[in-house]
Amino acid sequence: MILGRTERGKAPVEPVTLKILVAGGFGVGKTTLVGAVSEIKPLRTEELLTEAGRPVDDTSGVEGKRTTTVAMDFGRITLREDLVLYLFGTPGQDRFWFLWDELATGALGAVVLADTRRLEDCFAAVDYFERRAIPFVVGVNCFEGASRYPAEDVRQALDLDPAVPVVLCDARDRESVKEVLVEVVQHAMAYAGGPRRTLTG
Amino acid sequence: MSGDGQGTPHWFDDEAGPVVRPYAMTRGRTTSPGQHRLDLIALVVAERYAEDPEADNSLSPEHVDIVGLCRDAPQSVAELAAGLDLPIGVVRVLIGDLVEDELVRVTRPVPPAELPDESILRDVISGLRAL
Ligand SMILES: Nc1nc2c(ncn2[C@@H]2O[C@H](COP(=O)(O)OP(=O)(O)OP(=O)(O)O)[C@@H](O)[C@H]2O)c(=O)[nH]1
Ligand SMILES: [Mg+2]
Repeated sequence: MILGRTERGKAPVEPVTLKILVAGGFGVGKTTLVGAVSEIKPLRTEELLTEAGRPVDDTSGVEGKRTTTVAMDFGRITLREDLVLYLFGTPGQDRFWFLWDELATGALGAVVLADTRRLEDCFAAVDYFERRAIPFVVGVNCFEGASRYPAEDVRQALDLDPAVPVVLCDARDRESVKEVLVEVVQHAMAYAGGPRRTLTG
Repeated sequence: MSGDGQGTPHWFDDEAGPVVRPYAMTRGRTTSPGQHRLDLIALVVAERYAEDPEADNSLSPEHVDIVGLCRDAPQSVAELAAGLDLPIGVVRVLIGDLVEDELVRVTRPVPPAELPDESILRDVISGLRAL
């Protein structure tokens, strides 16, 4: 069918876009989790940062600042033509918390992935979301060889609020990841019904 | 391009430091005037009459690419950055130029600190379950 110019320009649907963050320590399975449910191979976005590494002394010129590339990967799930969910893996290094802020603004909620062999790696993420009153669930990624702590032990070790869901998961398994994400959305709904979220932490 | 000739161009952020190479594309600008920070999931939609952005020779090839990518379907800022292999900050500035030139517009995602409608959240849950 040949369409006139005006018809060809028919506005495409503009979906509602939502995002969920995936945080946790290095190598805990963030990218794997995103890839397990994303309809696209996880994509990478980068941001260039100029860091003041140490105090700049005038005579040393440009040396005082370094440029760092910070990568965030993300995936996409088209739930309906007009409803798209993005998953963002947060940069692993805590010192880039300000990029987390940018990601966290307007996020529906978050998954904190934990590996029971090194639970302390996710402390920073738990702390971050607690302070900013962003609803999160803890996903305990069940690597082989890791003893399966019951969820309750993980909750205690992380000193979590009783309302925060803790779920055992396998970041490689689509069904398992779907469950984790459903849990995040449900928790976000319950959270919204409870005490008001504060604005910007 | 627009932005020139109206006041002082905003060349650098205060602490931008040395210009990073990809930012040469934005002539060193790291922010775009009149542009709030675009969310990574904000969608960029080509305006209908943005049929032939190449005809506008004030546009860089990267500007043209963005319009091209958005023409078929709205694209998120994150997808554009990944698709063009450019840092997010650069893509934001380029999108800002295109918005000023009215070649694209940007849809607002759900306002920060406001949770989407409960009905949307229910739809997300059933959508996830149905995957
Ligand atoms: N056995 C097992 N291996 C996993 C699981 N999840 C991830 N892995 C493996 O662990 C390694 C790290 O996973 P990634 O998804 O890259 O972890 P990441 O958190 O994105 O890592 P960084 O981005 O480097 O911090 C990969 O080799 C995965 O295949 C899991 O549930 N079980
Ligand atoms: Mg990763």
